[in-house]
Amino acid sequence: MGGALNINHLLFLGHGALWTIGLSAIALIGGGAFGLLVALGRVSSSRVLRLLAATYVQLIQGTPLLVIMFLSFFGLAALGFNISPLLAAGASLTIFVAAYLGEIWRGCIEAVPKPQWEAAEGLALSRTQRMVKVILPQAIRIATPPTVGFMVQIIKNTSLASVVGFVELTRSGQIINNSLFEPFLIYSIIALVYFSLCYPLSRLSRRLERTALQKKPSLA
Amino acid sequence: MGLVLDFSVVLERWHALLDGAALTLQLAFIAVVCGAVIGIFGAIGRRSGNVFVERLWGAYVEAIRNTPLLVQIFLVYFGLSSLGLQFSAFSVAAVALTINVGAYTTEIMRAGFDSIHRGQIEAAEGLGLSKAQIYWHVIIWPGIERVYPALTSQFVLLMLASSVTSQISAEELTAVANYIQSETYRSFETYIVVALIYVALSFIMRFGFWLLGLALFPRRRRLGTPL
Repeated sequence: MGGALNINHLLFLGHGALWTIGLSAIALIGGGAFGLLVALGRVSSSRVLRLLAATYVQLIQGTPLLVIMFLSFFGLAALGFNISPLLAAGASLTIFVAAYLGEIWRGCIEAVPKPQWEAAEGLALSRTQRMVKVILPQAIRIATPPTVGFMVQIIKNTSLASVVGFVELTRSGQIINNSLFEPFLIYSIIALVYFSLCYPLSRLSRRLERTALQKKPSLA
Repeated sequence: MGLVLDFSVVLERWHALLDGAALTLQLAFIAVVCGAVIGIFGAIGRRSGNVFVERLWGAYVEAIRNTPLLVQIFLVYFGLSSLGLQFSAFSVAAVALTINVGAYTTEIMRAGFDSIHRGQIEAAEGLGLSKAQIYWHVIIWPGIERVYPALTSQFVLLMLASSVTSQISAEELTAVANYIQSETYRSFETYIVVALIYVALSFIMRFGFWLLGLALFPRRRRLGTPL
């Protein structure tokens, strides 16, 4: 109705796609850093820390990302804090990703064979040394395939940033659709772009999983 | 400035919140039941041995798992209306969620069915069971039993994801929240309350699936294996 899809529209979509990638990177880095703290809290020797981390995970995993998004954008604005869509989306995704990655990584830390913990203790390493020098390096290898797999979830979830008006891929599609009114065509293109971002990661995750299974460490 | 939180105007509208929560559960229920049926057929199709059928189900699973739910919902919503079909937002939401969860369920159930040992199937063949009987008694039920915890998690995630259908104005819990906050200007309080309702709903769902598991898998109960 407002003309045909042209190169400028596609450039605008490309720009949105770049922001989708950027937002995913923010979520991965922020959520990863915070998620590591959550994972360490979950396996900590302090009961209070364990309880705090577990409560955090339970609360966030029981809340939809969309509601977290609304809470940080509209909710904090109503309390008088002025928050940009980028900050709201980045913070929400960080909070959300941390709960899931924290739980995935806790599993990986606990999957490091028990004798490794005992050997480190037998060598009189301190708790920190044991974690940093013995457990985490091995946990990282176990954690790689599920983390790559979770990156697919992160990329898909950035689409929810569109509801607070952050112009990433989905939002840029909505904007173009408002002028062209060709929803089926435009959302198909968008779906295709998401697919081409996510599918290679899915494949990679599965391949890493297979190779990890093949050369399972002989320890344990 | 002083922050004054006022939950009363939000809690006053408890009946609207309750309606929204009921609709969320209803959406989740429809999608879970239909998605489980799709998942069983999908998993059977994925290991049917027929290359064409396997590819077709594989393409469905990969297409859904690698695109965001929000975009899928828009595609179903605008796709149906461009075909000239008019449906209520609720039906569109239910269809989109079913298509979505069907793909994930297919993958989970396939893993369950694949975990059944070859020897079990051969034993069933040796006992002269028909193909349908083997599938039903030896592959489907024991397979589902093994992946039941994963299925439960996926279904709870689906219930949470149903919040996205508020974007096509299905009147579920998040849509109710959007309405309440626009009426009261108490956005923070509204979304906090709604977040807690979602947490409660996911606990209720987990508990429900645990009870269902006890009823569905008596063998597991006898063996004393926790779900």
